[in-house]
Amino acid sequence: MSDSLAPAVPPDTAPRRDADPPGRLAAAQAAATHAADAPSTQRVIPLRRPGRWIASAVALVLLAQVVHGLATNPFYQWDRFQYWFARPVITDGLAITLEVAAYSAVLGLAGGVVLALARLSRSPVLRATSWVYVWLFRSVPLIVVLLFLYNFSALYRTLSLGVPFGPAFWHVDESKLATDMVIAVVGLSLNEAAYAAEVVRAGILSVDQGQHEAAAALGLPRRYQFTRIVFPQALRAIVPSYVNQLIGLVKSTSLVFYVSLLDLFGSVQSMGSTYPGDIVPLLLVATVWYVILTSVISVVQFYVERHYARGALRTLPPTPLQRLRTTLTALIARIRKETAS
Amino acid sequence: MSILKPELDIPLDADTAAVAVEVRGVHKWYGGHRVLDGIDLTVSPGEVTAIIGPSGSGKSTLLRVINHLEQPQLGHVSLGGEPIGVRWHRGRLRELSERQILAQRGRIGFVFQNFNLFPHLTVLDNVAAAPVATGQLRKPDAQQLARTLLGRVGLGEKANAYPRQLSGGQQQRVAIARALALRPGVILFDEPTSALDPELVGEVLAVIKDLAAGGTTLVIVTHEIGFAREVADRVVFMDGGRILEQGTPSEVLDHPQHPRTREFLSRVL
Repeated sequence: MSDSLAPAVPPDTAPRRDADPPGRLAAAQAAATHAADAPSTQRVIPLRRPGRWIASAVALVLLAQVVHGLATNPFYQWDRFQYWFARPVITDGLAITLEVAAYSAVLGLAGGVVLALARLSRSPVLRATSWVYVWLFRSVPLIVVLLFLYNFSALYRTLSLGVPFGPAFWHVDESKLATDMVIAVVGLSLNEAAYAAEVVRAGILSVDQGQHEAAAALGLPRRYQFTRIVFPQALRAIVPSYVNQLIGLVKSTSLVFYVSLLDLFGSVQSMGSTYPGDIVPLLLVATVWYVILTSVISVVQFYVERHYARGALRTLPPTPLQRLRTTLTALIARIRKETAS
Repeated sequence: MSILKPELDIPLDADTAAVAVEVRGVHKWYGGHRVLDGIDLTVSPGEVTAIIGPSGSGKSTLLRVINHLEQPQLGHVSLGGEPIGVRWHRGRLRELSERQILAQRGRIGFVFQNFNLFPHLTVLDNVAAAPVATGQLRKPDAQQLARTLLGRVGLGEKANAYPRQLSGGQQQRVAIARALALRPGVILFDEPTSALDPELVGEVLAVIKDLAAGGTTLVIVTHEIGFAREVADRVVFMDGGRILEQGTPSEVLDHPQHPRTREFLSRVL
């Protein structure tokens, strides 16, 4: 490595001779000598990034234009928005949306867990049944499922439980059972379960095989293996996807309007036909409520994910509140320091 | 060198009765590939057996057959005279229910190469989980036992840590404490130091050595020939799914009879 051209260059920083013409070698030598003179604890000057600043400025201008347009365009009728926002007719609709979404989310997840377990079971019959269910409900549009259920009572007057083609032990008049609310919840749950099944299955598959083996080797009962060892670890992968699914579900509830249930969207729709001049502010009311619901779910998601990250990360990331507190403390310390000097 | 704290050191034979392991005519194959090709092995109560051999020789599979994580196509394993995973019924072997197999596993400790601790549970809960879940102990008693066992492997102060916050050697020592919590009659080790940095191997071997001195039946699949020589009562050499040679460490390691054993030892020593 040592040669007459570059005597001062330390061996590890010396450029490879065969890759460099002599002129550049000399320049590199000069730079290296320079570096050797400088104190060893030099602060590195960050690279300037003008492109990033320009892009940020453009984005801010665009954002300001959107806000300006929303605020000043009279077409949006913000006074009417204010009038409608918390009207009982709207909040009643909101309550129905929440009710349908909550029931369907719970029933859908429960159904999804059962379907996922069936799909992962050793029985080919259960595996095939689960696959067919998921295939069917992912193929049929939700609105079709809902309308089908709505007309279900015309197809089957009574529901009965018994041996197929044999005697029935229990039966009930379907029209008493199937209120609009039940139809909506059943339809959404059936649909939701098909998607949840795949989310849960992916989560279970993401748990390391060694965990199943360790649980089996310790002789833990089957139920305990699933509820305490495998499922809590699977949830780490399930939560983000399922919340995604859940947000979709909250918005899918707007379809229950077609089975004559007045949810948030339904109320807005019916008020819109009574007061045609207020359609735009009414749609804005619905939009803002859906945004609020999604935001609340996202905040809950953050904390649930953090909960299930225990043990998976060496240290948990700070919550936004903790981060805010750290930033504020640092800022106050800096201000104090500057005012003192 | 012992990393164990003497004041917490409870003699192991106080709570475990060592049992014999018998492997009889075990054959295991995947498709056309023979993994175990007629294994017969007897391990006496309290005996320490080291299984050595090249990769793919069936060592780990044999260990997994002993605690029935893998089911052999032919032959069976018994523990203290009781068949594992099967029972005799009118002169034939019948499969046991999963519940019965799980109950039997409580008497066989298993330590994995990759520790396989439960990452979402604290170290204490990792050790205390099995005695509670299998109904052996109530939770406070299981936690007390877990603290004692963690003390014995030198990790008393790590009870509230999560596994990923520990070094590999510490994780493997927790895994050993977890296996001990069910007070097994035999403990199986599947290459317990192969996933560790060289400097961490010693602390795990020290714990195993301590168990060996305590009189527990141990079956250890290992690549540490020096360790096998030091702690094993018997060394078993496997290749191609068969036991080619077995005997005292000096017989097998210093005066190997089979040419395959000589060839293997000349490469690893």
